[in-house]
Amino acid sequence: MSDVKKIATRDSYGNALAELGKEHENLYVLDADLAAATKTGVFKKVFPERHIDCGIAESNMIGMAAGMATTGKIPFVSTFAMFLAGRGFEQVRNSVGYPHLNVKFGATHAGISVGPDGATHQCNEDIALMRTIPGMTIINPSDDVEARAAVKAAYEMEGPVYMRFGRLAVPVINDREDYHFEIGKGVTLREGSDVTLVGTGLEVAACLEAAEMLEKDGISARVINIHTIKPIDEEILVKAAKETGRIVTAEEHSVIGGLGGAVCEVLAEKAPVPVKRIGMNDVFGESGVAEELLHKYGLDGEGIYQTVKEWMK
Amino acid sequence: MEKQKLQNIAREVRKDILTEVYHAKSGHPGGSLSVADILTYLYFEEMNVDPANPAKPDRDRFVLSKGHATPAHYAVLAEKGYFPKEDLVTLRALGSHLQGHPNMNDTPGVDMTTGSLGQGISAAVGMALSAKLTGDDYRVYAVMGDGEIEEGQVWEALMFAGNKGLDNLVVVVDSNGIQLDGTVEEINSPQPIDEKMKAFHLHAIVADGHDFDSLDQAFKEARTVKGCPTAIIAKTVKGKGVSFMENQVSWHGSAPNKEQYEKAMEELEKAGEAQCQM
Repeated sequence: MSDVKKIATRDSYGNALAELGKEHENLYVLDADLAAATKTGVFKKVFPERHIDCGIAESNMIGMAAGMATTGKIPFVSTFAMFLAGRGFEQVRNSVGYPHLNVKFGATHAGISVGPDGATHQCNEDIALMRTIPGMTIINPSDDVEARAAVKAAYEMEGPVYMRFGRLAVPVINDREDYHFEIGKGVTLREGSDVTLVGTGLEVAACLEAAEMLEKDGISARVINIHTIKPIDEEILVKAAKETGRIVTAEEHSVIGGLGGAVCEVLAEKAPVPVKRIGMNDVFGESGVAEELLHKYGLDGEGIYQTVKEWMK
Repeated sequence: MEKQKLQNIAREVRKDILTEVYHAKSGHPGGSLSVADILTYLYFEEMNVDPANPAKPDRDRFVLSKGHATPAHYAVLAEKGYFPKEDLVTLRALGSHLQGHPNMNDTPGVDMTTGSLGQGISAAVGMALSAKLTGDDYRVYAVMGDGEIEEGQVWEALMFAGNKGLDNLVVVVDSNGIQLDGTVEEINSPQPIDEKMKAFHLHAIVADGHDFDSLDQAFKEARTVKGCPTAIIAKTVKGKGVSFMENQVSWHGSAPNKEQYEKAMEELEKAGEAQCQM
C-alpha cells in the first residue's frame, strides 16, 4: 500500500478544528503546551483568540473546560491520551462525565504507534478507562476522512465525547463518494463468511490487509470498522457473529477493556461465538519506530494475518 | 442589608445545617458551620442572583469547591427561596435532589458539580475565563477549604487565573484550620496562605469569616481590584455556633444524635434571643 496517501489523524484533528472554527464562534480549543504536537496549533494560527494554552496542567485544563461548558461554550480539550484519560481520569469523570457537560476531548498520541517516546507516552489504556464513564461517547477514527467527520459529529452532538487520534501517518481508506459517518454505526468494509475482523483506528487498515492475505489462503474474512466504541454498534456485531461464526478484534490498545472487551461483552450476552482479541497483551510498550513496534506486537496486517491463520487451523 | 439581618439569616442557616445532617445521619457539619456566614453574605449581599430564575445567563456564578460543605449551601439556597425549606430534611436520602455532594443537574442554584476536592476551583476559573473571552460582566465566586488547598490542582488553577489576570474571580478560603485527620497545621500546612496567593499573582485579603463587617470590607475591596483575581482568606472556626462542635476534628464528618441535635438547636435559639435583646 506504499502509493496510498497517508495522514496522521492528529493532523486531521487540527485541520478539522480550524474548519469548524470558521462556522462556530462558540468553539474553543484548550491545549496543555502541546499545540505543536496535537496539531491544535493549526487552529491557533487562524483563531488565536479562541485557543487557550493552559500550560502543563492537564487536570486544571479539564476542569476549566467544564466551567466553560456551563456557560455555553464548546471546548475541545487537547493533549496526549496518556495525560487526558490517564492523568485526567477523575477530572473527566467528576467534572465532566457526572454533570454530562458538553466538553469534547481530542486525545492524540494514543496507542503504541506513538513510537520512539516509549512506554510512558504510549497510552494503551484510555479506551478502557473512558468506557467506564456513564454517558461518554468514544470515537477512534480509522483515517483522515473519518477523523475529520468525527470532530464535526462530536461538535454537533450534545454531551461529552472522547476522540482518539494517532501520531503516525496512516493510509486514507475512506476516501469515497458515498462515505457517511454516523456516531454509533459500524461500517462493513469487506464482505466475508468464515470470520469477521473487527478493527478500530489504524487497525482497520491492517484488518483490510490481513483479509486480503487470508483470501489467498481460502479464508473469507469480513472486515468491520468500529469507529465508535461507545455506544457500540451491537447489531452489526451480532449479525457478523451469527453469519461468520468467529470474531477477531484488533486495536492498538490493551486487550483488556478496549474494543476486544467491548465486543466480548456484547457477544457473550447476545451471540456467543469464539473471539480472538488482538492488541497489547497486558504488557507495556517500548521505544522504537512505530511500524517496527506494530510489527513486533503483531498489530500490522501481517501480524493479524498470522494470528488469524493460526487460530483458524 | 443590615448586619443584624444577615446574622439572623446565618443563624437560621446554621439551624438548617444541623437539621439536614441530623436527618441524613451523616454529612459534614463542621465545615458547613464554618462557611455559613460567608455563604450568607454572598447570597444575601454580594451576588447578582435570582432564585426565581436560577439559570439566568448574566447571573454571578458560585462554585463550592469544598463540596462536602454542601449542607451550608443548600441551607442558604433554601433560605433565599430556590427551593422549599422542607426539602432540607431529605439531604442524602434516596431520590432527593439534595445529593451528598452538590450536583448542578439536581439542584436549582448549584452552578457546578463538586465534591472531589481541588476540582471546583478549576471550573470556577473556566467560568471566569469564559466571561472574559466574550466580554460578559458576571463575576465568579469560589469557596475552598484550607485543607482542600493541599490538592495540587488548586495551584494549577490559581497559577492560570493569576497569570491571566482574571479580576472577575474571587476565591474564598474558608480557613478553619481543621481537616479530616487532624489540624491543617499538623497534617500538611499550606500556610502562609496569603503569601502563597500573592506569589501566584492574586490580590490577597485576610478577613474574619464570621464578622459581616469584615466580610463586607473584603468583598467590596475585591470589586475594586483590577488586573488580578482576589483571594479572601477568611479566618473561621470549624463548627462555629455550636459550643461542643467548635474546633473539634471529630465534627468534620459526623452527624449529631438526637440529644446533641436538640442541644445544638437550643444553643442557636438562645444565641438568637440574646442578640435580639442587644
